[in-house]
Amino acid sequence: MRSSSSVLTAAAGAGKTNVREQVECNGDPMTSDECARRTGGPNLERTLRLAALPVTLLLSGCAGVQSAMSPFGVEAAATARLTWVMVAGAVLISVAVAALVVRAVRAPEGSLSHSGGMSLILWAGAIGPTIILFGLLITALPMMRQLPVAPNDLTIAVGGEQFWWRVQYRPTGAPPVEDANLVRVPVGRTVRILLTSPDVIHSFWVPGLAGKVDMIPGRTNTLVVRATKAGTYRGQCTEFCGLAHAKMAFDVVAMEPRAFDAWLVQARTPTRLSSPAQAGALTPPLHPGPGLRRGTEGAAPSGQALYTSYGCAGCHAIRGAGGRIGPDLTLLPQRRSLAAATLPLNPATLAAFIRNPQSVKAGVLMPRFAEMSDAEARAIAAYLLEPK
Amino acid sequence: MIGGLNRRAARLKATLWTLAVPPTVWALHFLFCYVWAAVRCAKRGPTETIGDIRIGIAVATVVALIPIVASGYIAWAQSRTEGDPPPHNASTGPDRLRFIAYATLLLAGLSFVSVLFVAAPALVFTDCR
Repeated sequence: MRSSSSVLTAAAGAGKTNVREQVECNGDPMTSDECARRTGGPNLERTLRLAALPVTLLLSGCAGVQSAMSPFGVEAAATARLTWVMVAGAVLISVAVAALVVRAVRAPEGSLSHSGGMSLILWAGAIGPTIILFGLLITALPMMRQLPVAPNDLTIAVGGEQFWWRVQYRPTGAPPVEDANLVRVPVGRTVRILLTSPDVIHSFWVPGLAGKVDMIPGRTNTLVVRATKAGTYRGQCTEFCGLAHAKMAFDVVAMEPRAFDAWLVQARTPTRLSSPAQAGALTPPLHPGPGLRRGTEGAAPSGQALYTSYGCAGCHAIRGAGGRIGPDLTLLPQRRSLAAATLPLNPATLAAFIRNPQSVKAGVLMPRFAEMSDAEARAIAAYLLEPK
Repeated sequence: MIGGLNRRAARLKATLWTLAVPPTVWALHFLFCYVWAAVRCAKRGPTETIGDIRIGIAVATVVALIPIVASGYIAWAQSRTEGDPPPHNASTGPDRLRFIAYATLLLAGLSFVSVLFVAAPALVFTDCR
C-alpha cells in the first residue's frame, strides 16, 4: 500500500509538469496515468470513508420540519414514494446500461450477428424503454389527481405578501379567524387552501405536506391538502419576491381534529373584552396626544397606550380593530416565531423587531421607529404578547 | 383477404412524405387534446366535471390511431421488399425503400405509443383542477 501511495505522489507531482513522464509503479516503469489506472487511482478506501461523511450529512438533511422526504401529508407522501420509485428505477437502468457497455467493449468483434444486433436495439432501445415509461406513467398519473374536496371542508385563505403570510380560516357556518405566519391544519381532514397575492408572485410550499403552488396577483389558486401526522413543521416562500424573500417562511402546526376545533373556537373568543374600559381602549383614537407618547402624565404609559400613540393600529389589527396592511396581531401570543418564522418569539426579539424591523428583514414595509426607547418597545412587546 | 391486403400495401410506395404521416398525426392529436381541454376548462369552473372532454379525447385518440396503424402496416409490408442481401445499406432502389419503410415503421410505433401517453391523463382526471 505504501509503495503505491508514494508512487502516486510521484505520479501526481509528475502530472503537474509532464503527464507522460515515466515513473516506477510497483516496480514496473510506466507513465503516470497508466500507473494511476493500475493502482485504482487515489486510495479508494480513504476516498470512500471521506465520502461517507458528506453523504451522511446530506441524508440527515432529509429529515426534519421542512423536508419532502419526511412527509406528514397525503400528497407529499405520494411524492416521496414516487421519488424512491424513480431513484430505484434510475439506479437499475444505470447499472444495466453500464453492464451492457462493459460487455460490449469486452466482447470480441462479430460475437453478435446482424439480426441479433437489430433485435437488441429493438428490445433495449425501443420496446424496453416504452414498457418502463408506461409503467412510470401508470404509477405517476393517479398521484397527479388532486384530493377530492367537499363544499363543507375547511377553507384557509393564505395571501403571500412582502414578506409575510396573511392567513384566514373560513369554517363553514362560523365567522372567519384572522392570523398570520402560522397555518394550522387538522389531521385527517381535507383542507382547501386558497392562494393569492396582492403584490408580486410568491409560492406556497410546505415540503412535508404537499407540492408547491404559486400565488399570483389577481388569481386564486387552490391547493387541497390532508395532514396525516400531528406535529410542528415549516413552509417557505419558493418564488423570489424581493429583498427578504429568504426570510419569508411560516410555521405549520398539524393538530388533532378535536384540538383544532377547540382552538378555532378559542381563537374567535376575545379574552380581554370582559372589561368595557379595555374594550373601548382596543379601538384606538386616530390622533393620539403627544403627551401620552412622551409619558409626561405621571406614570409610564402602558404598552397598550404606546401601541395606540405610535399608530401601530394604522397597519395592524387586534380583534378586528385596526388596519389591514400588516399582519393581524390578535393571535400573536400563540405564534411559534416572529417575523415570518425568522426569529424566536420572546419579549426581547419582539421589542428589537418593533424598533428596527429593517435590520431583520430588509425591504419590509414597516418603518423604523428611531425615536422609540427600548423601554417603550418592551412595553409594547409585553402588551402584544398578552392574550387578547 | 390478409394476403390481398399485404399485396396492396406492398404496392404503395413509401416516401419521405408518407414517413412524416405518423408524427404529424401525433402532433395534431396533441394539439387537439391540449387546446380543447384548455378552452373547455377556461369556459367553466375548475371543479366542473369533464365527462365530455374525456369522451372527446377518447374519440380523437381512436381517430388518430387509425392512420398511424395504417402507415405502420404499409411500412411493415414494404420494409420486407425483396432486394439485395443484408445489411441493406447499398445505394439501390429496394434498399432505399426498405430504409424509408423501416424508418416509417419505427416512427409509427413511436407515434402510437405517444398518442396513448398523451391521452392517458384523461383516464385519471375527472375535473379541470
